[in-house]
Amino acid sequence: MDNLLSLVTFMPAIAAVILALFLRGDDAEAQRNAKWVAMAVTIATFLVSLFILFQFDPNETGFQMVEEAEWLLGLEYKMGVDGISVLFVMLTTFLMPLVIWSAWDVTHRTKDYMIAFLILETLMLGVFCALDLVLFYLFFEAGLIPMFLIIGIWGGKERIYASFKFFLYTFLGSVLMLVAMVAMYSQAGTTDIVELLDYEFGSETFNLLGIQIIGGAQTLMWIAFFASFAVKMPMWPVHTWLPDAHVQAPTAGSVVLAAILLKMGGYGFLRFSLPMFPVASDLMAPLVLWLSAIAIVYTSLVALVQEDMKKLIAYSSVAHMGFVTMGIFAANQQGIDGAIFQMLSHGFISGALFLCVGVIYDRMHTRDIDAYGGLVNRMPAYALIFMLFTMANVGLPGTSGFVGEFLTLVGVFQVNTWVALVAATGVILSAAYALWLYRRVVMGDLIKESLRSITDMTRREKLIFAPLVVMTLLLGVYPSLVTDLIGPSVAALVEDYELAVTQYETATQFAANEGAGQ
Amino acid sequence: MIGEDLSIVLPELLLAVFAMGALLVGVYTGKDKTAPVMLWVTVAVFAAFAFWIGATGGDAREAFSGTFVDDAFARFAKVTILLSAAAVLLMSEGYMARRDLLRFEYPVLVVLAVVGMMVMVSANDLMTLYMGLELQSLSLYVVASLRRDSVKSTEAGLKYFVLGALSSGLLLYGASLTYGFAGTTSFEGIIEAASDEPSLGLLFGLVFLITGFAFKVSAAPFHMWTPDVYEGSPTPVTAFFATAPKVAAMALFARVVHDAFGGIVGDWQQIVAFLSVVSMFLGAIAAIGQTNIKRLMAYSSIAHMGFALMGLAAGTVLGVQAMLVYMVIYVAMNIGTFAFILSMEKDGMPVTDIASLQSYSTKEPLKALAMLILMFSLAGVPPMLGFFGKLYVLRAAYDAGLGWLAVAGVIASVIGAFYYLRIVYYMYFGEERDGLDTGMSPVLWGFLVASAGAMIVGVVNLFGLEPIALAAAQTLVN
Repeated sequence: MDNLLSLVTFMPAIAAVILALFLRGDDAEAQRNAKWVAMAVTIATFLVSLFILFQFDPNETGFQMVEEAEWLLGLEYKMGVDGISVLFVMLTTFLMPLVIWSAWDVTHRTKDYMIAFLILETLMLGVFCALDLVLFYLFFEAGLIPMFLIIGIWGGKERIYASFKFFLYTFLGSVLMLVAMVAMYSQAGTTDIVELLDYEFGSETFNLLGIQIIGGAQTLMWIAFFASFAVKMPMWPVHTWLPDAHVQAPTAGSVVLAAILLKMGGYGFLRFSLPMFPVASDLMAPLVLWLSAIAIVYTSLVALVQEDMKKLIAYSSVAHMGFVTMGIFAANQQGIDGAIFQMLSHGFISGALFLCVGVIYDRMHTRDIDAYGGLVNRMPAYALIFMLFTMANVGLPGTSGFVGEFLTLVGVFQVNTWVALVAATGVILSAAYALWLYRRVVMGDLIKESLRSITDMTRREKLIFAPLVVMTLLLGVYPSLVTDLIGPSVAALVEDYELAVTQYETATQFAANEGAGQ
Repeated sequence: MIGEDLSIVLPELLLAVFAMGALLVGVYTGKDKTAPVMLWVTVAVFAAFAFWIGATGGDAREAFSGTFVDDAFARFAKVTILLSAAAVLLMSEGYMARRDLLRFEYPVLVVLAVVGMMVMVSANDLMTLYMGLELQSLSLYVVASLRRDSVKSTEAGLKYFVLGALSSGLLLYGASLTYGFAGTTSFEGIIEAASDEPSLGLLFGLVFLITGFAFKVSAAPFHMWTPDVYEGSPTPVTAFFATAPKVAAMALFARVVHDAFGGIVGDWQQIVAFLSVVSMFLGAIAAIGQTNIKRLMAYSSIAHMGFALMGLAAGTVLGVQAMLVYMVIYVAMNIGTFAFILSMEKDGMPVTDIASLQSYSTKEPLKALAMLILMFSLAGVPPMLGFFGKLYVLRAAYDAGLGWLAVAGVIASVIGAFYYLRIVYYMYFGEERDGLDTGMSPVLWGFLVASAGAMIVGVVNLFGLEPIALAAAQTLVN
């Protein structure tokens, strides 16, 4: 099949259009139909996407299953996957049926809810498959629209503030990237990502408004891309939209946000910042590493004092994303392997944690940690699953969380020992806030009157968690499932990166020597 | 010789004859009773002329010793003007009829305005330019105060007239300076005089000309009339103001700066870039506080003119192409949006308060969705066409070395996104309460849905607009 990627990408959108056009009414039957259609389509998408995985040849480092067609403005419609993106495609298609299933009890405008998620799936898949700058930007930005609506329509009390903040914050970050993309198009004469990866953007130092810009055009473009991805990631100090968005978003929205949308930032760093602007990345790496280290420690400390469960997990997400950025900008095999692994593992774990909050929120309609306590007495199954994911979040060996954190720390240790040292304390802090949360919510005696009649998880809820449990443990004990797939692509990336950096360093040294000689 | 000349201006001539004929028919027969028929006939005539002009091609031809030119650029602008005028007329019928505003003069005045616009975009001489401009403007002043018994409408007409007259005066002053220093009114003559080292007087003339155009396209800081005129005029007239005259004025602007002052791009580039950046920011910031959707659209159009001017500021073929594409997309979005605004009624009375859109999406999901698409498109969020319009002008500006303008533009677009989102917020997130009447005339519904659909479907290939716009731009810039 030649159009496998397009098929997978657009299947959910087509289903959404069909739902929008042909499903009338808002009665119970229409709601049920909408849910079943969404469920069937997301599962079908996952099954078809398995063919991508089977066809994928990990030993080839280039892009595979490439599709090309001409588009307007001299752009191209180009899709393809390599070792870095293929697993994100799989992560998305794997999680979406679970997301739809977790939204099974929604009764407010169910059809629209399902349509929003289906459109969102198409846009997320498009981000990971796009091989054209503008096509990438299109999917990247368009994803804001359904998420804006999901938070705004189905969110909590402060949903309007949160949705506007989410939209405008990320929009502001991204438009600068658009200007950089226009600049790249102008300089390289193409928007084809494959060709841009081979193109060398200028790195000669020049003056702009009296400020000397070391690394030249690369640095400026790098900063523009960084503005976008750092907000999306999110990195400290531009992370503040995330806790608001998470707290107000409905459970399914939080899951998508944490598990997939945040990964777009990391993916962007790997696809654009490192390979296209290696010199600038090298110059800026210390900054990013320290920002990541601060993020890990600072947001972990902030997580400690949260009283809202979702907010706590949101801050823990920021901390874990700190490991990802740290690993990426360590720019060696272990660091990047670890970063990708951490993103995948965080996709499963944070998704599951938000689902865990959703389970008790559906029952008690509060996310205050104080409102709970001693749940283990009435909800043993829940206590077990929650514990597993708490441990995975902490990074217990045997779960996937450990592998990612360990690899990124190994990677960054080779580059900057101090950053590694600071970041490692984050591991301890994450144990502190996660275990304390677990202790306050699940352990102890059941003394709260309101909790007396709480029921354990239903079969549907248990089944939703089952695939996540399997994946978390499987990747924890057998990480080479992932690293074998991504390894060659990452190795090629690191090799190109180091070559470019060495060339730049020799060139500047040569210039410096020459200057000294005169 | 005269026969050849007449054959070149035949469309304008026939339209003018049609307008006068319609006027006579209206006066001698049933007066306002003939208005609906006349409106439909006018729409048909517009559509036929658009098809006619669009189908004829060929090289540029000049008439009346070079004062009037018919080239690909003029044809592009004329087709856009005719089609948008036809669409707006069609949309206005129901609204006007129900409010007893459907006088037979309305279609006639619109035809005369359109004739003026067609002369404007074909002008190749300062005299032709002024003739077309005044024919257009005078018709528009009258249309603005069509609702004679409303204070706001007459105020709008008067304000438009006074400020329009001022801008015409500035323009005429610029034209006379240009004539004085170039010794000719024809663009071919001016471009010879205005190359390399233009005299200071010529530059002054250029500045005054540009000031006049800035008034007509409602670019800041010459935008003051826009919100009041938009608010005061009957809504169909507002829809007309927001579309065809903007295209005509923008095309004229491009025509003059390229055909008459193409040799001194650097001199007018800074002025146009300044107008662009001020318009974008003013449109974005001033619209935030608006509660009246017509005023909001006025500021929105100011911001959009800023973006279109960004393309013009580039001073290249790509820039003009970007400007043309941007204007077509802008017109398409505005027609859909105004189709919606025309349908905003409560108990049969028109409302323009944004808050009345509360929870609209639960009552009218499809229309709310169409409006959502249009709002995101106006905000320039992908994948809607509005984004591609912005991408086009950004690229043109960056390529012309105006990187700072591109950065300013995207920042303004983020500020502007806020108020478009606010409309979405009212429609989708608002509390349940009795809001607007449901139901919509099929014509308006058709325009709304078609416009929203075009914003999505157009992403595939822009409906083949690119090569046509490129050809038009190439004839202008050489």
